[in-house]
Amino acid sequence: MSQNVDAIVVGGGIHGCSTALHLCLAGMKPVLIEKDYAGRHASGVNAGGVRQLARHVPEIPLSIRSMGIWEKITDLLDDDCSFESYGQVLVAENEEELAVCRARVAELNALGFTHEELIDATELRRLVPAVAETCPGGVVSRRDGAANPAQTTTAFRRKAEQLGATVREGVAAGNIRQSGGLWHVDVGTETFAAPVLVNAAGAWAGNIAAALGEPVPVETVAPMLMITSRVPHFIDPVVILRGRKLSFKQFSNGTVLIGGGHLATPYQDRNETVLDWKSLAISARTVFELFPVMRSATIVRAWAGIEAKMKDDIPVFGPSSRHKGLYHQFGFSLHGFQLGPGAGAVMAELIVNGGTQTRVGDLGIDRFHPSTL
Amino acid sequence: MTVAPKREAYDVVVIGAGPAGLAAAATSAEAGLSTLLLDENIGPGGQVFRAISSTPVTDRNQLGADYWVGADLVQSLRASRAEIIHRATVWSLDRNLEIAVSIGGASAFLKAQRVILATGALERPFPIPGWTLPGVMTAGAAQTMLKSSALVPDGRTVIAGQGPLLWLLAAQILRLGGRIDRILDTTERGNYFAALPHAFAFLTSPYFTKGLSMMREVKAKVQVVSGVTELSASGDGQLANVSYVAGGKRETIPADLLLLHQGVVPNVNLAMAAGIEHRWDDLQLCWSPVLDASGNSSVAGIAIAGDGAGIGGANAAVVRGRIAARAAVEALAPAVATKLAPMATLRADLAKAERGRVFLDTLFRPAPQFRIPTGDTIVCRCEEVTAKDVLDAVAIGATGPNQLKAYRRTGMGPCQGRLCGLTVTELMAQARGKTAQEIGYYRLRAPVKPITLAELAAVPKSEADVKAVVRG
Repeated sequence: MSQNVDAIVVGGGIHGCSTALHLCLAGMKPVLIEKDYAGRHASGVNAGGVRQLARHVPEIPLSIRSMGIWEKITDLLDDDCSFESYGQVLVAENEEELAVCRARVAELNALGFTHEELIDATELRRLVPAVAETCPGGVVSRRDGAANPAQTTTAFRRKAEQLGATVREGVAAGNIRQSGGLWHVDVGTETFAAPVLVNAAGAWAGNIAAALGEPVPVETVAPMLMITSRVPHFIDPVVILRGRKLSFKQFSNGTVLIGGGHLATPYQDRNETVLDWKSLAISARTVFELFPVMRSATIVRAWAGIEAKMKDDIPVFGPSSRHKGLYHQFGFSLHGFQLGPGAGAVMAELIVNGGTQTRVGDLGIDRFHPSTL
Repeated sequence: MTVAPKREAYDVVVIGAGPAGLAAAATSAEAGLSTLLLDENIGPGGQVFRAISSTPVTDRNQLGADYWVGADLVQSLRASRAEIIHRATVWSLDRNLEIAVSIGGASAFLKAQRVILATGALERPFPIPGWTLPGVMTAGAAQTMLKSSALVPDGRTVIAGQGPLLWLLAAQILRLGGRIDRILDTTERGNYFAALPHAFAFLTSPYFTKGLSMMREVKAKVQVVSGVTELSASGDGQLANVSYVAGGKRETIPADLLLLHQGVVPNVNLAMAAGIEHRWDDLQLCWSPVLDASGNSSVAGIAIAGDGAGIGGANAAVVRGRIAARAAVEALAPAVATKLAPMATLRADLAKAERGRVFLDTLFRPAPQFRIPTGDTIVCRCEEVTAKDVLDAVAIGATGPNQLKAYRRTGMGPCQGRLCGLTVTELMAQARGKTAQEIGYYRLRAPVKPITLAELAAVPKSEADVKAVVRG
């Protein structure tokens, strides 16, 4: 016996949880299926950057939409998600990098986007006093910030459930099939049926898409992060580098998160990653050079979350090009956390209204598949 | 003096130079395998034989004959060709048998064909009200000071808890002229009956007579209160009083030092960070690795010996070390293995060494109120999280220790859960009506001991390393 619901969302990351929540707000009764627990993978263990800065142009409208939700996140979730907004700063380490920044900001301005702002050495030093003297400037996105990813994903899940979503954790969605105009999904001994299926399964979403006849160029990656012991407060904004792989954030408790995209080896079937300490050593060297204040800090823990990375580095977002009622929301390629709140809202609009005011057309799966609908 | 490892790859790397590690490294090296023994302390011995080659205590009776057994183990290791490095902190081990080790402030990466983990035991957390006050310490910490520096307490001292180590420590303190005002025995009365069916094995084990004479020696000199059912420490920024209930009667006594101990549990951090499967042990109330009869873990190539494999005591640890090493020799140099003591003999030795263990485990199984705190009692010292905080998080949706991190940062401080992990598991299991096995444990991550950013930044980079990174 199938239980009929309005939508089946596969994947309890921030995207699946946000979509489930927004479907509830639109009056639907979704089921959310997560094989581990909400936020177990990339959504719960990423750097927590809430960043419009340095995004690919096709996803900027979604990012801007999301930023508006982040700024009122407590109203939505009854949880502040530890969101704080001290801006994000992209540091140019030399004049060549600054020239690239200048061109980028000009390009965005020409497209009508104003969130990125070129800054000189003086403003850079004002925002990030601890940065090395040699850096000539950079770019700031002043409304950006950071949040606690596990807290945020958990809060989305909790609120979705409060608003009527059925949540199934610890059992994988299996035997996904369409019949009689409905999608059917087995979850342990239960079967759910709905006219709508959302594929938000992160690193596991590529397999689902492929099984439904829409293979895409996606790989599983595991970006590494490490966190230090508490050090005296010295920096407010999140800092990323133009030229080298580094992101850097000090939390209010004094601990410092160091990331930037060096990769661990994922063992997806085992939910495991094996860290590459020689790459983490490169991040450590970069911090050592740029922030002398950090040299005596100790590294307390390092980890990596498993996620999907598209060949073109932008997500797959929107309706299927083959099946009615199927929607994809995956492949956020190491920068999906900030997009979560907005992507859930837009996805709910696509499902409920059949369209959205937010420009997401460049993100569709049809960029890999000519439409057959 | 700082010595870096002589090679980048070894047949066998043994981690920890307690009884199991000393025996394993000696066996492996005697069989001709290239063997490296890495140990965190300044000399061999681990906890039980701490400072065995340097202790200022020279009267052998004061530390007891069992302690000096360690000297023979060290001697046979030194006679072998094993390479030994002390003050070496292994901070990462993964399923590819790659090891990161910090020696004298510099880190090196090593590769092994087999790894034998002999990381021993930790004292079980004893989360009573006031346990984080200065003046309250673990019995193990007190014993470390006693063995390495012959330091004994001279202020008003109370020892509370249960287990063989508690009585051993008390005897050692007294023999060295230290002061103990009172011993508060928290052994549950019901445990004596539960342990009774296992008493015969215990009576015929070497523990029995030794244990009995030690308890008699201590009781002759110190007031011992048994059947303690409640315990707390208090004071304004420093321990001032110890309060307890025994036989339904509350008493409060002034104290300068409170030594707490309720047994030891496997030190699982490195093994868990390497991805080795563990199961909850319902008798010993702790996580133990899943191992085969030779100590092999769920990760190919990694074996575990000694108390890290499940608490068995020093004698069993020595045998388990030999068994794990013999299995490594069988795998890497089968021809040589035939010259070693046969596995059947070793397993018989182990059975003998483990005799009486179930009795001890049953008798000294700590009572729930000393494992599962309530109210404002601190659970996680690093992040100052109380029992009530944990229960509040459970009430709004935290289902296990890893989910709890999202609410309370428990286990995310520098101790990596060593001081709170078991408490959090049992507290959440009780609150949710689940078993500890169902609730699970923190996912542990390297570095299992913190390293400085400067040390990681100084890791030498080779051409190959630089190329390896470009693919990211």
